[in-house]
Amino acid sequence: MNNSLVTLIGRAMFGPAPLDHTDQAAAIAVACAVVLFAIAVPFASIVTWVERRVWARIQSRVGPNRVGPNGFLQWLADGVKHVCKEDVIPEEADAPLFKLAPYLVVLAFILPWAVMPFSSMLILADLNIGILYMTAITALTVVGVLMAGWSSNNKWSLIGGIRSAAQIISYEIPAGLSIFPAVLMTGTLSMQGLIRAQKWEPYHWFIFANPFCFVAAIILFVSTLAENNRTPFDLPEAESELVAGFATEYSSMRYLFFFMAEWGNMFIAAAILVTLYLGGWQIPRFNWSPALMNLLQFICFLVKVLVLVFVSMWIRGTLPRVRIDQMMSICWKYFVPIGFINMIGTAIWVAFFPHGSRLMEMAMFALALAIVAAFAWRVAYFTRRSRMELYFHPTI
Amino acid sequence: MGPLITFYALALLAIVSAAITAFSRNIVHSAFALFGALAGVAGIYVLLGADFLFIIQIFIYIGGILVVTIFAVMLTQGIADVNVSNRAVGVLPALVTAGVAGGVMFYAIIHSSWYHARPGSATPTTYWIGDAFLGPYVLPFEVASLVLLAALIGAIVISRQEVRE
Repeated sequence: MNNSLVTLIGRAMFGPAPLDHTDQAAAIAVACAVVLFAIAVPFASIVTWVERRVWARIQSRVGPNRVGPNGFLQWLADGVKHVCKEDVIPEEADAPLFKLAPYLVVLAFILPWAVMPFSSMLILADLNIGILYMTAITALTVVGVLMAGWSSNNKWSLIGGIRSAAQIISYEIPAGLSIFPAVLMTGTLSMQGLIRAQKWEPYHWFIFANPFCFVAAIILFVSTLAENNRTPFDLPEAESELVAGFATEYSSMRYLFFFMAEWGNMFIAAAILVTLYLGGWQIPRFNWSPALMNLLQFICFLVKVLVLVFVSMWIRGTLPRVRIDQMMSICWKYFVPIGFINMIGTAIWVAFFPHGSRLMEMAMFALALAIVAAFAWRVAYFTRRSRMELYFHPTI
Repeated sequence: MGPLITFYALALLAIVSAAITAFSRNIVHSAFALFGALAGVAGIYVLLGADFLFIIQIFIYIGGILVVTIFAVMLTQGIADVNVSNRAVGVLPALVTAGVAGGVMFYAIIHSSWYHARPGSATPTTYWIGDAFLGPYVLPFEVASLVLLAALIGAIVISRQEVRE
């Protein structure tokens, strides 16, 4: 057993690490540190700029466009600003917990990157429990949020923390139930196994495999919005009611940690959906070099994920916030029963069509195309009646 | 060497957190320190090659039970100046209880014949656990789920307004 650090990183970065547990644990630890600086933080930071631009454009504003080309370097400026600010810890706060909370939230945001399937070879550790790991670790956010809410010794923070915790543990159930249909069809929990079971053609994606999967994918998307405290479920930090929720008392870099984790979690949530239902990194087979193929797969995965992240920004710019009782009834009265129906329905489907039904796949794909076409028609209709220059010059 | 260091680091995390849980005068600190104890135990499961047990430990104990515990603690009235009850029990009974329990456990650890896993033989366990649950152990599995369901319904019934009045 070669335990040298270089071998560990090499095996972790350039191939599914074998399930030799000690090596794997060490590799995950090292690889997480690498990924933290290489991908996760820059991504989460750049998304802040993208979100502010997209959101501004949806609201007919211009958004940050001063720092760098089109304001692209705004995220760096924000980071520098937050690092330079004073780190205020309230006199009456529970100081140890107050300091610890942001790290727990960041922990829950960094660890899932270990099983992120960027391409057929570019994955830190293809755990055989990958998808369970992903959902279990992202749910750890709730401990950090509760800790922040409690230790701030502030009513807004406490209410925000409790709301967030209630929301996350409630929506974990429909999200978990929506993972089962894909797992039932493949019989594996590994991220790469789930992707390998799908093909590159959209009608072979699991979202179109049967009607239950279609519904499950939509429930999963909405549930992850709620789990990440995104609009329309951003009650924990409802500005008009709770100042900034559990982050009210935080300042400087600790404040930034919370929001970096929130934006990074958007990527993780989208990656889960892409892996389970949207074909992951699958691209057509060519006889090109593995490096090039992996690059193309990486781009394919990234594009799919970014499209979903964009949709989530779009929803944030469009929909009003739901009330807390509405949020709870959406979860418990609709999503959880539908989730159970999806699970049982898929189990029956798999029993009857062990290899899937080509007819149903085509029908579901046609349905999705019809929905997209109707939507595009509506968009075109509205675009004709509004100020074109705002839509077609996104880089004012 | 690597696994040994990892094991001691995880054991230290679990034990120190458990000590904070037991001895802290602030009940909220006790509740949050459970996080370290449960996470340390989850890490030891990884070292033992029990991958499924590891993730379920995180899923159920940290994601579920710990959060509910923290909820319950936070909803308690006047938790900041609570009189920690376990100091009122007295030193002698506690020492006797801990001594007897510790002695029995030590005896059991020394005298049981342990199953020795071959090093480096960790294999995925999920499939076999699922197979066992729906094969030879289907009856205990179903009985356990029935007991849990009964407990859930019982909790709801007890907490209902009409029953309490």
